[in-house]
Order: sequence, then C-alpha cells, then structure tokens
Amino acid sequence: MSTKPKDGTDIAAGLLFMAIAGFFAWQGLGLDMGTSTRMGPGYFPMVLSGLLFILGAVILFKAFGRPDDEPMGRIAWRGILFILPAPIFFGLTVRGLGFVPALFVTTLIASQASLRMRPLAALVLSVVVTIMSTLIFSYGLGLPFRRFGPWLPL
Amino acid sequence: MELLSNLALGFGVASSLTNLGFCLIGVLLGTLIGVLPGIGATATIAMLLPITFQLEPVSSLIMLAGIYYGAQYGGSTTAILINMPGESSSAVTAIDGYQMARQGRAGTALATAALGSFFAGSVATFLVALFAPPLTAVALKFGAAEYFSLMVMGLVMSVALAHGSVLKALAMVVLGLLLGMVGTDVYTGAPRFTMGITQFADGLNFVAVAVGVFGIAEILRNLENEHDRQVMTKNISRLFPNRDEFRQMVAPILRGTGIGSVLGILPGGGAILASFASYTVEKKLSKHPEEFGKGALAGVAGPESANNAGAQTSFIPLLTLGIPANPVMALMIGAMIIQGIVPGPNVVSEQPELFWGIIASMWIGNLMLVVLNLPLIGLWVKLLTVPYYVLFPIIMAMCSIGVYSVNSNTYDLFAVAGFGLLGYVLSKLRCEPAPLLLGFVLGPLLEENLRRAMILSRGDPTTFVTRPISATLLVLSLAILVLVFLPQIRKRRDEVFTESDA
Repeated sequence: MSTKPKDGTDIAAGLLFMAIAGFFAWQGLGLDMGTSTRMGPGYFPMVLSGLLFILGAVILFKAFGRPDDEPMGRIAWRGILFILPAPIFFGLTVRGLGFVPALFVTTLIASQASLRMRPLAALVLSVVVTIMSTLIFSYGLGLPFRRFGPWLPL
Repeated sequence: MELLSNLALGFGVASSLTNLGFCLIGVLLGTLIGVLPGIGATATIAMLLPITFQLEPVSSLIMLAGIYYGAQYGGSTTAILINMPGESSSAVTAIDGYQMARQGRAGTALATAALGSFFAGSVATFLVALFAPPLTAVALKFGAAEYFSLMVMGLVMSVALAHGSVLKALAMVVLGLLLGMVGTDVYTGAPRFTMGITQFADGLNFVAVAVGVFGIAEILRNLENEHDRQVMTKNISRLFPNRDEFRQMVAPILRGTGIGSVLGILPGGGAILASFASYTVEKKLSKHPEEFGKGALAGVAGPESANNAGAQTSFIPLLTLGIPANPVMALMIGAMIIQGIVPGPNVVSEQPELFWGIIASMWIGNLMLVVLNLPLIGLWVKLLTVPYYVLFPIIMAMCSIGVYSVNSNTYDLFAVAGFGLLGYVLSKLRCEPAPLLLGFVLGPLLEENLRRAMILSRGDPTTFVTRPISATLLVLSLAILVLVFLPQIRKRRDEVFTESDA
C-alpha cells in the first residue's frame, strides 16, 4: 500500500468515464464524420466521446494527492443478485409463460433481495401482487398481454 | 380579457368528471409515492408513463402533473415525520420540520407545509398562465442556434445544481448525451451504437433508462443497509396552527413564493435551488436566527412554499419551449411525444385545451392536496410503517410491467437491468443521475439543432455568438460554469449541500 493519499472512488469514476468514452469512440469509428457544415452521423458523438475522455482523465488526475473523504460503503450484492435478474426474467418469459406466471416468478425473485423476507411472506406477497396487477393492468386497463402463454400445457 | 377566457377554457377542460378523476388519482398516487421514502417522483412517473398511453393526452398529462406536485407534497410529510426527505426538494424541510415534530409540533409543521404549498401553488399557477403565452411568442422567434444555446444553458444549470463534484456532473451530462445518440441518425438513417440490435434502432427506451437509473439504482442503495424507520407519529394532536403561528408564517410564505416562482423557471432544477435559497433568506432575515435548525416555523413555511412554487413554474419552459427544467419535466416531454404532441411553442396555439387544461388542473390539484391531505395525514403516517422489504418487490413488479408495456420490447427490460446496474455503480462513485437523464433527453435535440444551425450558417460556428439571444444564453452558461468552479462559491455550495444531507 502506498502512503500517498488518493481518492479511490474518483480514480474508479475517472477510469469508468474514460472506458465508456473509449467504447463510444471505437463504436463510432465506422460512422461518417462529414464536415462541420454538413455534420455526418459520427461527428457529434466523436466530439462527445473526446470530451468525456478528457473529463474522465481530469477526474482521475485530480484524485491523486487527496484522501478519499467518503469511502464507498457497503455494496448491495444480494440486491444486485436478485433485483437485476427480475426484469430480465420477466422479459424472457412474459411471451412464453404469459403475464400471470411470469409476473408471479418475477416478484418472487425480487422479494429474495431482502434478508428479512420470510419464504411464506414472499409467497403471499407475490400472489397478491400478481392478482392485483392482473386485475388492474390486464382486465382494468386492457393492456394486450396474454395471461397464460403457449409454454404452459393449458 | 384573453387571460380570463383562456383560464375559463382551461377550467372547463380540467373540471370534466374524467379529468377531475385523473387529477385526483395523480395527486393521491403522487402523495403516496412522495410519502414512501426510497422511491422518487421521477421513477414513479417513469413507471406510470406507459399506463397513460391509453388515456387522452390531456388526461394523461394532468395525471402526471398531479403525481409530480403530489410527490412534492408527500415528500415533506416524510421529511417532517422521519427526517428523511422523500424528495430531494424537501431536504430543507427536514431540518426544521423534524425538530418541530420532536417537540410535539408535528401537526403544526404539516399544516404549515400544506398551507404554504397551497398558497404558493395558487400564485405560481397564476404566474404560469400569465407568463407562458408571451414567452411563447418569444420562443417562436427562436432558431436552431438559440435552441442549441438554451439547451446548453439547461445542461449547465443541471450541473451547477448537482450534488458533489462539478467535474463528475459534467461527465454525467456528456455520458447522457452520448447515450441519447444511440439509435438511427435522423439525417442519414445510419444506425449508431446499436451493436447490431435492431430493437435499439429507435434509440434506448427513455422509460427504461429512467426507471433503471433512478428507480432500480435507488432500490439497490436502500438495500445496502436495511434498518427500521423511526416514525414521529405519537404527537400529531393539533393540526391547525394558532393565530400567533399564522402570523409567523405569512411573511416567509410570501417570500418563499416569490423566490420559488423566479427560480423555478430556470432550467436545471429550480425547485431544489428555490428551497435552499428560501431557507437561507429566512435565516438571514429572522429576528431569531438561532432558532433555525431547532424547529423554526419559518424554516418550514418558506422553503415549502418556495419548492412548490418552483415545481409549478418549472412548467413554463416545458410548455413554452419544450425544454425540460428537471428530470420530471423530461419525462413529461416523453409523455407528450408518445401522445403525438410536439412540445414547444406551438402547443399553446395548436392545443389550447391541453395547454390551459394542464394549467387549470394544477390549481385544482393543489386544492385537492390541501382538502384531502390534512384529514388523510393519519393514513399517510400508517403507510410509513410498511416495511421496505414489502415495498420493493411490488415496485419491481410495476417496473417490469410498465417498461414492457411501452413497446412490448423484451430488450427494454434488459436495458432496465443494465441501466439499473450502471446507475448503482455511478451512484457508488458519487455521481448524480439527474444530469445524465437530462443529457439523455436533450441529446438528440441538441445534436439536431447544432447540425441545423451549422447548415444554415454554411459551416460558420460564429452563428452561435453573433445572434444576440443565442450569445446571451451562452454567456450566461459560461458565467454559471465559471461561478461553480470559483473556490469561494464551491465552498459555499458544499456547505449548502452538506446542510441538506445532515
């Protein structure tokens, strides 16, 4: 460990911005730049990527020689693990399984993100949410969802 | 009087039974959302946006507007009772409001907030009606260069008002602009940054980005530390302030309304700035500045009026120029576009019912808030005791349904998860999401106007500084940027934000 103070959060932020800028610049290479009179599709994105890269570099540069005044704190790993897959699962299954089962499982997955949620409570909550949502969105507002999809042997 | 006939038209539209109903639903939903900490108005409106497609344009915008100011109102209830602002603009209210609650004056604080908000809301609504049409006339003279410069100013303002590092906020704006570039280029039809995914040809779904960056990132942050909330419920005995307290609140409410109305018009998040400014003014003018931070009535009355007035007048740039003053207004633009209305100066002449209907509904909505919420405070307080782990699975279910129903596009749901992760990572790196969303909405408009201006001027970039309005706007943006980088101002800004975090 070096003894010089540095702001770890800002180092990460600077690097992240620079990486994103690099990605956009790389993706934008194939686009026509045009001239400044008639800008092509690649012109403005390239300017923005350059700007973001410079900003990222400055953030990174300024992070050295200064202590991290506010450390990052805890990371919600359990949250990431269960919250993020919930909409993905819904997206993958809403057509195949249909609205009702897909939503039920989605809610069940999301509810696992908290340590405090007991299994029975999660089950009850998911059932209630599914019934209410089906009544409101499918019957009430008439959104065009298939309630039960073709994957189910119904 | 043209104004009166216009307002009459507006009230005619807004007081139809359907629109009254949607206004009520919006206000109630907004209050509910505002009261519950951990889910903001931006995320809620983003989630409910798709549901409003089925409605008439007027009804849907009335309901969305209702959610917005209802949330402002509900946010202050939470700020006062559990010292946790439901909305960022009620952060200031928490300082003195919570202290009042601890002294057993929760009822008075809540009533003060309600009355102040109502008064400010009424005045500001009137101001919107008064000033929006003449500003529209000015806006019609705007060319591509002016629009470009105005948007630059809006983005710079959002940077100046973001918490923490100015550099990071700038980077967030640029990142937002870049994300706005995803999709088909309007001039040439070339696909950009879609990575071969045809579902992204129309650009990233705005609702997905907003729900991800605001809603999901916030849920993840709340899940870091699960702890119980302390609710100050025991002490709500007397709601109505006595004569003496009334006298104390009149001047702060008037000043707050003035400050809020002016600052709300500024693009970039006026309502938040307004409540800080009002608090500072009240503390300066007070005969007992030592009371501030220990339960001063003026510290609740002033900022609450200011933030409500600002929330109301922030509709002015939206309705006249089609430029959002804050992320919620950005969502309203999204809603208008989805309904087939092009936001901008033409709305008032082409859609007078819509324009005046929204304005009139704001006043009606504010009235509903006072009439309904003072008696309903007990109910809202009960809601605060619902544990968070019950709330967020419901929120996730609503998110999934809402985002999917926009275009029935599976990729939008993947985008929600992706932007949720990005939003969480960025918030861990202490980067504010508001500038990013504003950049994302304004990105395509900014590029289009830049390109158009350059074509019109035959490639001469001085067009932005030789046209007077455009030059003024750019000079103002530059001045703001210089100001926030000045060491003195920077220190002061840090203090203001630290105060709100405390």
